[in-house]
Amino acid sequence: MHMADALISPSVGVGFWALSVGGIAYSAKKLKEQMDDKIVPLMGILGAFVFAAQMINFTIPATGSSGHLGGGMLLSILLGPYAGFIVMASILTIQALFFADGGLLALGCNIWNLGFYTSFIAYPLIYKQITKNGKYHFIASLISVVVGLQLGAFSVVLQTFFSGISELPFKTFVMLMQPIHLAIGIVEGIVTAAIIKYVYTIKPEILLTSIPIEKKMKNDTSIKKLILMFAVLTVITGGLLSWFASSNPDGLEWSIEKVYGKPELPEKDSGIVNVLKNIQEKLAILPDYTFKKLEKKEEASEIEKYPNIDIGTSVSGILGALVVLLVAFGTGYIIKTVKRRG
Amino acid sequence: MRFDEEFFNLGYIDRLSYKETFIHNIDARVKLVIVILYIISVISYSKYTVSSLFPFLLIPVLFMTLGEIPVKFVLKRLVVVSPFIFFIAIFNPLLERNIAFYIYGIPINYGTISFISIIIKFVLTVSIIIILVATTSFAGLCYALRYFKIPEIFVNQLLFLYRYIFVLTEEAMRMIRARDMRSFGKKGTELNFYTKLAGSLLVRSINRAERIYYAMLSRGFNGTMPYNRKREANIKDFIFLFAMLLILFFFRFFDPVNIVGKFIERII
Repeated sequence: MHMADALISPSVGVGFWALSVGGIAYSAKKLKEQMDDKIVPLMGILGAFVFAAQMINFTIPATGSSGHLGGGMLLSILLGPYAGFIVMASILTIQALFFADGGLLALGCNIWNLGFYTSFIAYPLIYKQITKNGKYHFIASLISVVVGLQLGAFSVVLQTFFSGISELPFKTFVMLMQPIHLAIGIVEGIVTAAIIKYVYTIKPEILLTSIPIEKKMKNDTSIKKLILMFAVLTVITGGLLSWFASSNPDGLEWSIEKVYGKPELPEKDSGIVNVLKNIQEKLAILPDYTFKKLEKKEEASEIEKYPNIDIGTSVSGILGALVVLLVAFGTGYIIKTVKRRG
Repeated sequence: MRFDEEFFNLGYIDRLSYKETFIHNIDARVKLVIVILYIISVISYSKYTVSSLFPFLLIPVLFMTLGEIPVKFVLKRLVVVSPFIFFIAIFNPLLERNIAFYIYGIPINYGTISFISIIIKFVLTVSIIIILVATTSFAGLCYALRYFKIPEIFVNQLLFLYRYIFVLTEEAMRMIRARDMRSFGKKGTELNFYTKLAGSLLVRSINRAERIYYAMLSRGFNGTMPYNRKREANIKDFIFLFAMLLILFFFRFFDPVNIVGKFIERII
């Protein structure tokens, strides 16, 4: 899932921009050292291939829903981590610009979430380790895709949490994101592994130059076995997670309880607050007598938690907002009509 | 299935970006700077900000009308990408129920305010990006990135990627069409068919990359890519940049909504 501009705070956005640009610069430097010019068009084409492959839909076994290829691990396997990271970053940039997937400020987060973990953690630490002897490429790519995506999903949660724009409690969000991305990761992992295998059977020399792939990869039965294995695993983990969720009531209900169920806050204060707000509503016609000031007097503790709201808390606010909106639309309209005439 | 309609209107955006209007003719670097500053200033508002965000609508509207970008197109795009943000933001009114104030007896909680704020921020930040790419040629944008010292390899990669998305997605579409004509209903979309299709597309792509490389070599490629969009910024660009910076600064730090509101109130 792509982070969006509206969900992050500027500090998180800028911070991850710095990290991602650093990653790109580092990879670019590394690539330049070992660069074979030949990789320049190959990188571009493989990036475009990921887009093109996403066009082709397929049905996910047993569910009937359709999925598509994510591509991060495939790129790392074919191109190595540095070029893979740069290609992934470029894909995400195009998505942010042209498909409005994510946003410009969130682009740093997205490059980090979807590029860094696959290229620099899952690929070298899992894929490379498992395939050391030139064996088990299928399982290696599957596991590394799953792990990469899990880390990415967790990173999305962390970024959202530290931005503090969304109210989703940390635990609930983790519970939402990790299982969803486990499922996505398994499908993507199988697809990645299957494509690698197919390419190996058709045109082994492509892969032989970049990876010493296992000579005899078994045929389709291995896919079915793996799906079965992962289905069982999913059921088990799903069961475990739900057991956890019920045994210690965190998640949604718990957090609502936490926000709402504290006896002191709503019961004692809400009466006064309500009265004050009713009064405020009546007084709102008076200028300068805004809600903020009333609240400040009576409720110092509340105001600390909630900074100024400026949805028109006064008539002037509402009037101003209306006029500004009118001006904005009016300008557009006027320019348009003038242009049409001219 | 046509490329234009199917693939996120990429072809349409590309054609829009080569129009000749005032906004299109502004230097890409200037536009990029303005858009980034714009997004940062919108995002930097607190999560309960609503009315102060309204003035920022003026800038996308201005760009859109001066750049002759159809409003419908931008709106459609906004709707397409909204589900994820909506899904995350919808929890705010449910989880943060402390009541902020009443509007004619209807309680409005803090969560609702932050929900509205997120949606407005989303509309503003996404629409400005759509408008940026619809009013700026991609080569121009890449040149701007290069100017701002983004590593050359990355910028080259973007140029290549953009160019070959058009080529390869059309190829993929031909494959899909062929598959659909030979299959019935959901048949042909099984995973093993998919891997064969995607795999052969991959093999073709890699072969194509090799041919491109030799073509590049024979035209004198030596590891660096030439940029032909080099263009000096002129006076008009500087004036535009300055005016936009001024407007952004005013919007961000002086809250025009409040000023206008007070002014009208005094008149009434």
